[in-house]
Amino acid sequence: MTKDEILHLGTLSRIALSPAEVDKFSTEIDTILEYVSTVKNIVANDVGNEPMVGARYNVLRSDRVTNEPGEYTEKLLNAMPQRDGQYMLVKKILNQDE
Amino acid sequence: MTVSELRKQYIAGTLSPTTVVKNSLRVIKEKDAEIHAFLDTYADEAMALAKVAEQEYKNKRENTPALLGIPVALKNNILVEGKRATAGSKMLENYIASYDATIVTRLKKAGAIIIGATNMDEFAMGGSTENSAFGPTKNPHDLSRVPGGSSGGSAAAVAMGAVSVAIGTDTGGSVRQPASYCGVVGLKPTYGAVSRYGLVAMGSSLDQAGPLVNTVADAELIHNIMSGLDSHDATTITPDTYPNVPLKEHYTFGVPRDFLGVGVDADVLANFEAHIAVLKDAGHTVVDIELPLFEQGLAAYYIVMPAEVSSNLARYDGMRYGLSIDGKDLLEVYEQSRATGFGAEVKRRILLGTYVLSSGYYDAYYGKAELVRHKMRAELEEVFKRVDIILTPTAPTAAFKFGAQSDPLSMYRQDIFTVPVNLTGVPAISFPMGTVEQGGIALPVGLQYIGPHGGELRLFDIGKQVYDVSLNGSK
Repeated sequence: MTKDEILHLGTLSRIALSPAEVDKFSTEIDTILEYVSTVKNIVANDVGNEPMVGARYNVLRSDRVTNEPGEYTEKLLNAMPQRDGQYMLVKKILNQDE
Repeated sequence: MTVSELRKQYIAGTLSPTTVVKNSLRVIKEKDAEIHAFLDTYADEAMALAKVAEQEYKNKRENTPALLGIPVALKNNILVEGKRATAGSKMLENYIASYDATIVTRLKKAGAIIIGATNMDEFAMGGSTENSAFGPTKNPHDLSRVPGGSSGGSAAAVAMGAVSVAIGTDTGGSVRQPASYCGVVGLKPTYGAVSRYGLVAMGSSLDQAGPLVNTVADAELIHNIMSGLDSHDATTITPDTYPNVPLKEHYTFGVPRDFLGVGVDADVLANFEAHIAVLKDAGHTVVDIELPLFEQGLAAYYIVMPAEVSSNLARYDGMRYGLSIDGKDLLEVYEQSRATGFGAEVKRRILLGTYVLSSGYYDAYYGKAELVRHKMRAELEEVFKRVDIILTPTAPTAAFKFGAQSDPLSMYRQDIFTVPVNLTGVPAISFPMGTVEQGGIALPVGLQYIGPHGGELRLFDIGKQVYDVSLNGSK
């Protein structure tokens, strides 16, 4: 795995990587990928349509509000790094210079 | 002391919850500066609850909830309203949980006293607690060795005698492997048996919470309280989801011989063979079985798990809660918050997961891994037609020294016997099968019993016969 590929994965996963991390991860991830690649040898035969995960499907609940209006609002807003009244403050998304 | 003994003495009035809580806090104070099993303790609240419990026992005796006055420690990825839930990460260092996990609601309802939060590998990723952002936990049996992980703090808390019950979570062996290293009992329930609501998610198709305790009977007691349908977790199962798993007088055990050839230490293997002899002496049948796909399990796991990790951990973006690092624009806030908040192992797995899920690689990795998983389930179903329980060592070695598994892949190999259980969703229990001597110190090693889906009762039945009884006999 090239350093550019690792940097690209960093961009995709929204993690800024230091040059040292890029070096380290490019070798380590290569080794891990080589190991896990053995799954590629598995052929798809006699596999039915049974579920892969879990045993219950389409678990539904009635479409109704289960809490009082504003019951959790303060609690959740207080956990936010930056708030402005009832709003969460975030940085500018669109840069007008571009 | 076991939970059942504590309960008996509380009812008889020969021991009081305040004495026990005080003792827990004393043990933590004396030993934890060195062992570091706990990240937080709630001394004042625990003492207040103990006093209430004491009065309740005086008034109502046995007509009290099953865990009244029993101190319980929780791995710090389990949400308790108003308490820190760090998940062992700088990302959540100051995060205060806004609600109780379902298992916490149930433990509290049963009268349990939450006494503290235990250390863990960051976001439950690791097998040694060396990945905790707050420093590692040490193994109470040998301070130069790891307690296992990721629920290492919970296992050490029980092993050091601070509590009789600690709760952990198990995504690929994170309850069973530390149980093995610390000489306690650990249960990974059937997927869906225990609600995941209020657990910090790692691999959502793999995660289950289970107890770390001193006896199989205690594991059963705690599991019965925590398990059951929960409207907040749509994957929770009911008792009739899976076919009934009958109890028997004598069981047939299956040993995957070929699988044991993969780097199990000779002394661990010797204990394992000795246990087989014990089972045969007790009238059980032990046969060799083949589980060729189980050897592929580790490879499939290290695709499926990072894939789920990369999706689950996308939520830590410095916006709604957790660490936030300022930047010139929104993207920089994301990238810097995640760069600062996550440790190396977490980043490694997120990158790996992002890779295996990316366009062009998805089918080759994730698709194939899910296929392996699917075929493993089928293979397991076939085997359970012939045997009642599958038997393996819990881990290939005893607890290793700090820093001994510095290469990620060699650390991952410690999970070789435990990950197939999570991939297929079956239950498994680990309990001690004696010790091995290394450097003049007796280190505990664990045995794993794997049952069919919904087969917890069978694991408890045989576990109590072979472990609890021998334990009581040796006292």
